[in-house]
Amino acid sequence: MLRKLKFQREADPDWARRVSQRPGCERLFSCLQCGTCSGTCPLSIYMDISPRRVTALVREGFREDVLRSQTIWLCASCYSCAVHCPRQIQITDLMYGLKREAIQEGLQPRRLPVAVLAQEFYHMVRRRGRNSEFSLVLRMALRSNPFILLGMIRTGWKLIRTGRLSLRREHIEALPEIRDLLGTEVTR
Amino acid sequence: MSAYSYFPGCSLRGTGAAYEESLLALFHVLGLSLTELEDWNCCGATSYMSIDEGSAFLLSARNLALAHKAKCRDVVAPCSACYLVLRKTQDYAVRYPAIGAHVGKSLAAANLPALDGVRVRHPLEVLYNDVGADRIHQLVKRPWRGGPVACYYGCQIVRPYHEVDRDCNPTRMDELLNAAGVPTVEYALKTKCCGGSLTGTMHEIGVRLNYVLLKEAVRKRAQAIVTVCPLCQYNLDACQAEIRRGTGERYDLPILYFTQALGWVLGADPEALGFSRSISGQKSIRQWFSTATEEAKAYV
Repeated sequence: MLRKLKFQREADPDWARRVSQRPGCERLFSCLQCGTCSGTCPLSIYMDISPRRVTALVREGFREDVLRSQTIWLCASCYSCAVHCPRQIQITDLMYGLKREAIQEGLQPRRLPVAVLAQEFYHMVRRRGRNSEFSLVLRMALRSNPFILLGMIRTGWKLIRTGRLSLRREHIEALPEIRDLLGTEVTR
Repeated sequence: MSAYSYFPGCSLRGTGAAYEESLLALFHVLGLSLTELEDWNCCGATSYMSIDEGSAFLLSARNLALAHKAKCRDVVAPCSACYLVLRKTQDYAVRYPAIGAHVGKSLAAANLPALDGVRVRHPLEVLYNDVGADRIHQLVKRPWRGGPVACYYGCQIVRPYHEVDRDCNPTRMDELLNAAGVPTVEYALKTKCCGGSLTGTMHEIGVRLNYVLLKEAVRKRAQAIVTVCPLCQYNLDACQAEIRRGTGERYDLPILYFTQALGWVLGADPEALGFSRSISGQKSIRQWFSTATEEAKAYV
């Protein structure tokens, strides 16, 4: 992605303050910009903005740059940055928060399979209480890029042959209970 | 006899079927009882937290509440993602009063008990702490006929909580396997991420991460990789054919669960350990784990 100039008037420092109130992000403003997070991240080389820059952009308040980035969706939640951060910033939690906000605002990269998978997963579990791998992958592909299914045929066949691909759509018995439970939203 | 509640998670009913089979067989051999939580639900994994924080905590809170209702409050979650999500919910409900209050209120409204007294356990740590390497050593029934293995711990059981093992250089799986007579190699990438679900979503990136893991294992002369997580096992197992096609390098390593390796050595029924479910390394698997040659040897 091309780096563009930023102007201070585009920043929203109040947003940064709100982000720093989320669980795990309390020490956001103590970030040293040492780059340990980017160095230890197995995925940073593929990201459009490195984790260190994400932290820098967040705390200056450049909201849209981070929420539109692919970086937050590439984070696989391996917690490497979180345990190595010398300032104990839970960067994984920071990324989760940014993903949630991007989805709420509809700013996530469209058709990015990771974001689509998360949404499909969410709806499936909310409806049925469990996730079924086969139908999850199918839905993810159909709503992002159906052609990726072609590349999965070989692996899919091997999984069927070894009895590892269940076509059953799982669900729990106490569906009303879980729907009641999830119906309540968190208030903070 | 020690008893535990058991939270299988969605993967162990699909791609990770061999993990469940070998776990049950191994616990049976060791005389440990596992009782599945009644009507458990999905833990939410990493995806749910990316959409909705409040209900992500509630999903795992329901499972913890079920464990509270069950006879045994030690709940064993073999999948790394399940383990971490349950453990994190428990921790955050205590550490952040707002989350704790939200979880408590919602559970009470759904007539579910509170979470206190429940312990989230991983089978690796159960075997290490409750059974112990010495006991495992005494119980060895079969010699290990395979080559040295690389122990791959992955990410979410050692980070951010260090209860299963240390986050830097964990060794408990190595210790257990060594005690059981399985040689292990030094494997520097033992806690490097396999990419999780990225092999399904950002395929090329996921495959690349697994290529690096396989290459290092082979460089250390490991003849198999032993894992603790259904997602790690799937990624390393299913990517090899594609890596062979893409790089021209010959990878055909068996990717085993630690429960399969230990189950074999401790004398569990080989049919019950799910070896036939592996995609890669079937040649080595047939050589190492066939009872036919074992019986023939006993006969001679």
